[in-house]
Amino acid sequence: MAKFRVVHYINQFFAGLGGEEKADLRPEIRDSVLGPGVALKASLGDDYEIVATVICGDNYFGENLDEATDTILKMIEEYKPDVFVAGPAFNAGRYGVACGTICKAVEERLGIPSVTGMYVENPGVDMFRKDVIIVETGNSAAKLSAAMPKLSSLVKKMANKEEILGPKEEGYHERGIRVNYFADKRGSERAIEMLVNKLKGEEYHTDLPMPVFDRVEPAAPIKDIKKAKIAVVTSGGIVPQGNPDHIESSNATKWGKYDITGMDRLSADEFTTIHGGYDRQFAMQNPNVVVPLDALRQLEKEGEFGELVNYFCATTGTGTATASAAKFGSEIGQMLIDEHVDGVILVST
Amino acid sequence: MKLELGKIFIKDLQFKDKTYVENGVLYVNKEEVEALVLEDDKLASCHLEIARPGESVRITPVKDVIEPRVKVSGGGEIFPGVIGKVSPTVGSGRTHALEGCCVVTVGKIVGFQEGVIDMSGPAAEYCPFSKTCNLCVVMEPNGELETHVYEKAARLAGLKVANYLGQAAKELVPDEVETFETKPIFEQAAMYPDLPKVGYIHMLQSQGLLHDTYYYGVDAKQIVPTIMYPTEIMDGAIVSGNCVAPCDKVTTFHHLHNPVIEDCYKHHGKDINFMGVILTNENVFLADKERHSDMVAKLCQWMQLDGVLITEEGYGNPDTDLMMNCHKVELAGTKVVLITDEFPGKDGKSQSLADTCKEADALSSCGQGNATLQFPAMDHVIGTQDYIEMQIGGWAGCVNPDGSFEAELQIIIASTIANGYNRLAARGY
Amino acid sequence: MVKGIEKYGIPVVHMATVVPISLTIGANRIIPGVGIPYPIGDPLQGEKDSYKLRLKMVKKALEVLQTPVTEQTVF
Repeated sequence: MAKFRVVHYINQFFAGLGGEEKADLRPEIRDSVLGPGVALKASLGDDYEIVATVICGDNYFGENLDEATDTILKMIEEYKPDVFVAGPAFNAGRYGVACGTICKAVEERLGIPSVTGMYVENPGVDMFRKDVIIVETGNSAAKLSAAMPKLSSLVKKMANKEEILGPKEEGYHERGIRVNYFADKRGSERAIEMLVNKLKGEEYHTDLPMPVFDRVEPAAPIKDIKKAKIAVVTSGGIVPQGNPDHIESSNATKWGKYDITGMDRLSADEFTTIHGGYDRQFAMQNPNVVVPLDALRQLEKEGEFGELVNYFCATTGTGTATASAAKFGSEIGQMLIDEHVDGVILVST
Repeated sequence: MKLELGKIFIKDLQFKDKTYVENGVLYVNKEEVEALVLEDDKLASCHLEIARPGESVRITPVKDVIEPRVKVSGGGEIFPGVIGKVSPTVGSGRTHALEGCCVVTVGKIVGFQEGVIDMSGPAAEYCPFSKTCNLCVVMEPNGELETHVYEKAARLAGLKVANYLGQAAKELVPDEVETFETKPIFEQAAMYPDLPKVGYIHMLQSQGLLHDTYYYGVDAKQIVPTIMYPTEIMDGAIVSGNCVAPCDKVTTFHHLHNPVIEDCYKHHGKDINFMGVILTNENVFLADKERHSDMVAKLCQWMQLDGVLITEEGYGNPDTDLMMNCHKVELAGTKVVLITDEFPGKDGKSQSLADTCKEADALSSCGQGNATLQFPAMDHVIGTQDYIEMQIGGWAGCVNPDGSFEAELQIIIASTIANGYNRLAARGY
Repeated sequence: MVKGIEKYGIPVVHMATVVPISLTIGANRIIPGVGIPYPIGDPLQGEKDSYKLRLKMVKKALEVLQTPVTEQTVF
């Protein structure tokens, strides 16, 4: 049987080429096993071969992110690995970010399963935990031997396309991905058992630790409203009749941009709502209760503000994933910046 | 209040010239049922079909699912205030249930919110009604009815058919009888003085037209929080009238078979003292949310509850009611465990809930509804697949020419029902 | 969406009925909506009064966009 092929990525320090003074080393690839690769090879056993080791200086990588990634990907691709391993980076921040970036790119662009390892406080963990399997390690290279069995077990599972179990079972940092499974008992029974333990003051485990949502700094206010360009955005699912962009009524994956040039109000003959989460009768009778075009046009005529952008943006808010919503916001924001918009009215139902 | 629930186990459904039960088979007179449905001039046509577990059959768009039950003694009628007499109240005496069979109402969609039941294949794993024998009542509205008029006609038709079938159980000797009892508050508290007093906060969907639930016939958005005996719910005091996402719609079946109530009774007298149900709603105005969560917390404190379980129906803004209830009830000194489902996106990487609070430190997950599944083509479709791409969980282009399709679990009736009826759960990977 | 747009430095006023969700997702300038099915206006009061209310709310939105804030603020 042919051996499974593994390519390994390490930085200048673990390759034994030097410390900070060599951190600007350009990427190179060698047909040899280096540094922690020796322990990895031993742990993987005879069915696996580390066919090459990529070495790159942490500073070079950090300062030339896109170029270094492209170069390294080309190097890796030539060796046709079954699995790609980076690090472990332990608590080295720049190294962690490099390992995460490369693993993510190898998985997404080459379709090759990848794994790395880091200490919980390495900034690379939070940056890449959702995208890459990151084995939990100690904070320094002295903890290599403890991490190696977990790392090699994952490499083997990836090579053999076996199911990768949860973070506790496999010893990796929880990715924050919600995955379904069938529990032994139904939800109501598990809840009662949780409550009984909570009441007794005994240990209980929630199925869903409460998330922490990130924040953005409030933007500076509009200085001169008389000249300001205003745009309207809504998550209330207001779209032209017939829903030309086929926006979903729940968990939307797209947003639409709809022209309002020359309109004094949104007419119910031309617009409707496809939002699947609320009583739609009012917005269908008068879409202006969600996109207040009639009022905005009057105020525009009266000179209360400069001008209204001649379209509005819409999607459906029901059950729409926060990642999709963030993406829509980013795309819409970029477009509005290009239009020199000064302020946005965002209406949610 | 004490209720004896006599269960007659149904293994099969068949059409015959008379409606009766024999040896675990429910025979149904098709003509009588169709005539009963068509008494309502809002409905133009009706036909019946039977779907059994394991068959290559898909039922869609499904509106509601109902278990046939009948009051044998104790006063009152099933579904009081809706199709049964509103007075006296229900929940006492004896009720018979035809367990293992359901009435499923099917027809042209009113919104996007009707779902799918597959009787076999991968989706059957996720749906409780893939395991029951279903009498499907397929209806057509009479002309261009307003959607809420059609919804009401279809809802009442389903309840009437279930009631009609339930009559066949009235004189039968049940295969099993279970007894449930909750006493008046002081007596109940005194009965198990050493056990923690536990209540159930039951949040009803009440987001407006087509998103309503009925309590003794009262539209739930018009109620303020109130106290119920759990057994009232087993007799149909709460009826679903809503079209929310199919996956977490609490069907009328799930009101009759509320899993929190069933499981609290299993623990009653052992490790908890089950004191009863606090009923509340999920309205669309912030003032209602504030007022009702205050009242829920006040009732918990007034009943001196040590702990409560809270369930919600639907997702999105009702998550705010869930979190307000959790926060205020914990502040009032009652420990909370939440039961709900999650919507973190197809890849599971986004936030599961629209709202959070720090007191929500104990949550039982009912699974994540955005995960996708392949639905194979079926030999037979009861209803129509014409709307799959528009139904919640589907998307433009998700249906293949052969009738197979890909969709989120959301499209399956009760797949992630947020009261803990199923074993499906989600965990962090 | 609010944060996605605001991160470009454009002030966003979020007109939303369920203020707690708006706070949870991190909107900085929030005006409470009337109700989920009709955030801006109140059709139950008749078209005329509903429009008056909408005009008032949109005016307020323009004012809020001119108001400096340092933290999440419900107007």
